[in-house]
Amino acid sequence: MSPWQFVADLANPDLAFLPKALTIAVLSAVMCGVVGCYVVLRGMAFIGDAVAHAVFPGLAIAFLFSGSLVLGGTIAGIVTALLVSVFAQNRRLKEDSVIGIFFVAAFALGIVVISRAPGYAGSLQQFLFGSITGIPDRDLYIVGGTTIVVLLAVYLLHKEFVAVTLDREMARALGLRAFWLDLILYVLVTLAVVMAVQTIGNILVLALLVTPAATARLLTDRLAVMMLLAPAVGAGGALIGLYVSWSWDFPVGGTIVLTLTAAFLLAHLFAPRHGLIARLA
Amino acid sequence: MTAALEMTGVAADLGGRPVLRDVNLRVDAGEFAALLGPNGAGKTTLMRAALGLIPLRAGTVTTGSAGYVPQRHDFTWDFPASVEDAVLSGLVGRIGLFRRPRVAHWQAAWHALDQVHLADLRKRPVGELSGGQRQRVLVARALVLEPAVLLLDEPFTGLDMPAQETLTELFTHIARERAVLMATHDLAAAAYTCDRLVLLNRTVVAAGRTAELRDPAIWMRTFDVGPGSHLLKALALPVPTEPVGA
Repeated sequence: MSPWQFVADLANPDLAFLPKALTIAVLSAVMCGVVGCYVVLRGMAFIGDAVAHAVFPGLAIAFLFSGSLVLGGTIAGIVTALLVSVFAQNRRLKEDSVIGIFFVAAFALGIVVISRAPGYAGSLQQFLFGSITGIPDRDLYIVGGTTIVVLLAVYLLHKEFVAVTLDREMARALGLRAFWLDLILYVLVTLAVVMAVQTIGNILVLALLVTPAATARLLTDRLAVMMLLAPAVGAGGALIGLYVSWSWDFPVGGTIVLTLTAAFLLAHLFAPRHGLIARLA
Repeated sequence: MTAALEMTGVAADLGGRPVLRDVNLRVDAGEFAALLGPNGAGKTTLMRAALGLIPLRAGTVTTGSAGYVPQRHDFTWDFPASVEDAVLSGLVGRIGLFRRPRVAHWQAAWHALDQVHLADLRKRPVGELSGGQRQRVLVARALVLEPAVLLLDEPFTGLDMPAQETLTELFTHIARERAVLMATHDLAAAAYTCDRLVLLNRTVVAAGRTAELRDPAIWMRTFDVGPGSHLLKALALPVPTEPVGA
């Protein structure tokens, strides 16, 4: 299918779900790209994964009671982030163990809950691997509003997030509340992830959080550039992925992830100064 | 002389275990003091107590303002930040929540970089600096707040000789205007360059000018070593003639 035909399909009123899916995929990729920069730089990809999986029981419960999936997922993600933050205060356990316990537990709870829903195999697959159909109009507004909230929070708290990442102890000495900043960051990760779950799926959403930011990191040594590049890469991956998936009838989540992975590999090879080719030359 | 840092009867714990007890310490403006003691003596804990990072179990700390230069491994060097970004991060508390740095803040960062002779590297990514340059970035980040006392936590660890000497010159220079308290394991260099030595092992065992600390028993007690120790010979202290302690 030519790109032109894809544009025509986007404008076709009979395929109204397609522009909706594209909007949501691009906006959530932008959010995940920006927040993902902190995730990558702090080496907290694992907690990103945890939060992504932890939203699952919230989605399942919301699905069972026909509530808002976005709201259910957000609450479940934040509860898990809170539990991890609190339990990680215990010095005997490292944070990754605590995360390992709670995110699998949350995921297990989700599976148990959704098994009570009629026709659960189909909805399970939709949650895990994403889908571009069946997105209500209301979700467009929720995703749009959340994008504004997340980007605004990042804009306002950027220098604090940077200070805590650079040197946590020093940031505390300068009067920053490291615990609360961590928690806010987890909430932002949760929001970005929940928005992306619907199109890209629960299992694959980590790619949206980590891959664009990691790609951007390979291309620049300047944080400001990285935080513009990462959402651009994510949004580009979402657009191209959706186009390829629509043209050849591939699952949308998997296609977007593979597109982003290709971008990462290209950056690894061709990045200026630090790329494989530049180093060999 | 005004005290830039004064600790009176300070006791502090680390993870519920008492580390410091009855610490009395005073560092004046214009003074370069060394904080000496074995591992576990409480040097870092003393600095953290002076900064107000940990609660005191007893005693008081008085300081105009303290600037902290942590050990180099406490900083995330692979972060995509330039030298000037790293120094500016020292002002994050002063700039205030939800605000952006203004011209005056950047100028303060550049001034601090001037003081540590890194002005020409201000745009360089921190990941591309040498060990000595990294140490100077951390010093500049502390200086940007114009502290009355600068607390240096083992700044020489892992640095080669020219880098150590350049830094020592820098610290001596800084100590002309402010007070500097430096924790270090390099006893000989500290004895040679610092105005005053503070010997710490859970409490201040002794403090004074190098010439005033010639009694080997003080050093043996601080570092828990015997009369045959290399330490005493390296510092050219008189050999103890009679057994000390039991």
